[in-house]
Amino acid sequence: MLLLLLTVYPILNLIGMSVSTIGFQAAKEIWTFTPGTNFHDLLDDDIFRISLWNTLVFAVVAVAVEIILGLTLAILVASVSRFKGLIRTVLIVPILMPPVAIGSMWKLMYSLDFGVLNQIITSLGLQPVNWLGSTSLALFSVIIVDVWHWTPFVFLILFAAVEGLPKEVIEAARIDGARNRELVFKIIIPLMKPALAVALLFRIILAFKVFDEVFLLTSGGPGTSTEVVSLHLYKVFFEQNQMGYGALLSLAIIAATIAFLWVGQRAASAVGAR
Amino acid sequence: MLVLRGPARWLAYLVLATGIVIIIGPFLWVALQSFKYEIAILQGSWIFTPTWFNYSDVLYSHRSDFPTNVWNSVVVASLSTFFVLIAGTLAAYSLSRLRWNRWIARTFLGWTLIFNMIPPLTLIGPWYLIFREVGLYETLTGLVLAHITLHLPMTIWMMMAYFNEIPKEIEEAARVDGCDRLDAFWRISLPLVTPGLIAAGVLAFVFSWNEFAVALNLTSRATATVPVAIARFAQQYEVQYGQMAAASIVSTIPALILMFFGQRFVVQGLTMGAVK
Repeated sequence: MLLLLLTVYPILNLIGMSVSTIGFQAAKEIWTFTPGTNFHDLLDDDIFRISLWNTLVFAVVAVAVEIILGLTLAILVASVSRFKGLIRTVLIVPILMPPVAIGSMWKLMYSLDFGVLNQIITSLGLQPVNWLGSTSLALFSVIIVDVWHWTPFVFLILFAAVEGLPKEVIEAARIDGARNRELVFKIIIPLMKPALAVALLFRIILAFKVFDEVFLLTSGGPGTSTEVVSLHLYKVFFEQNQMGYGALLSLAIIAATIAFLWVGQRAASAVGAR
Repeated sequence: MLVLRGPARWLAYLVLATGIVIIIGPFLWVALQSFKYEIAILQGSWIFTPTWFNYSDVLYSHRSDFPTNVWNSVVVASLSTFFVLIAGTLAAYSLSRLRWNRWIARTFLGWTLIFNMIPPLTLIGPWYLIFREVGLYETLTGLVLAHITLHLPMTIWMMMAYFNEIPKEIEEAARVDGCDRLDAFWRISLPLVTPGLIAAGVLAFVFSWNEFAVALNLTSRATATVPVAIARFAQQYEVQYGQMAAASIVSTIPALILMFFGQRFVVQGLTMGAVK
């Protein structure tokens, strides 16, 4: 009930807000009905378009890398008999850490002058890298942080799936002379399609929500090179105080999410998950 | 799974060792920074005299809000976890056991799923206005309500997975033996889903403890939570790196503690829905 109250009502509210301009005067809200301007703003909003594109690049690259790394680790850990417990304990740490703490940790490590990454690079005799300050690298640096943060999560899901695979099938294939590479690509990966689809869906959802780390690391800069959707929304709401336009933007994002969920579910059922 | 021999085996161990170093390394390095004076951090020196200065400055000094922030976080995370568990468990039980109209159940579940997917920031605008109107803006109560709403869908889905695991027959047997529905729920079903309660509880607590976007916009200086405080260290004109590192390390402690106690359940809970 509370859930409905705090979610459905805001959405109705959003629809109301989205057609209005809201000003504050003496701590009182003043609503004016101006449906046209907000839609006009949406069409004119270049930064929103950039942020959509950045979010897309961020999500696709980060999730792809995470899935590949996570799958590799899952298969390797399942193959070596020792250290399973240790590895699982270590890997759960980034999942449970506050994203803000992760952001501030990496901010320190990325530091141009004294960050550990540049210390390593300069000790190898190379030029220090401006991880967060250069327009071409910043998004890439943010992606690295995300990969660090979420690969363990992908690993946990895929590892559980690998451990649950029918051992007999793999044994049978091995007896029939399948080599490791064939086992991985012809047996293990096809059998894991449902788990892969779930991991993919989970991660893409979370990647589209990304806010905390980017806020901490770059706040969208330099320029608009790491501006993501959530960050843009935050700025519209709380830095530019455009409540009405922000509401319309929110609705657009919600609609896009629902469309994405629908497509994703279609795709997932196409490969055989639920 | 695979049979690895000779060089392949060593390569596998090497990859795993690298992975562990990459995960732990950053954490240790930042922990190291938190024991340095600002000047040693800025010089990037590896040899230094360790100091508790950053921790004592963050935790005990008069100009630091951090103890208040920790207290706020503890209050918000505990209360929201408590209520989320009650509401989530009851909702999950009812969806899993009572005969709801298919249409209602599906709409409800679909809605929770969608709500779980949209960026929380899309709702922050209306929440902000509503909370201002009813006087919950910048209060802990408001933040608790927001966190309950945010984490309820996840809890419902997780608890449903656990309730669905229990065979209906156990409960039916209890009913035959004279328990009414409430008794059967309380004495039979609930104890059987304890692992689920622990997992969902730990996750709800940790997520609430970690939550930043909503807390940032709905709290004031006096009601800010730990993540908001850390962000403030980083956003100040002159970044206080030492204090930032110390605060980050401190903020990770609850997660680490919970991990050691609830790890088995959390891993199970995280992966349960996924494998099925």
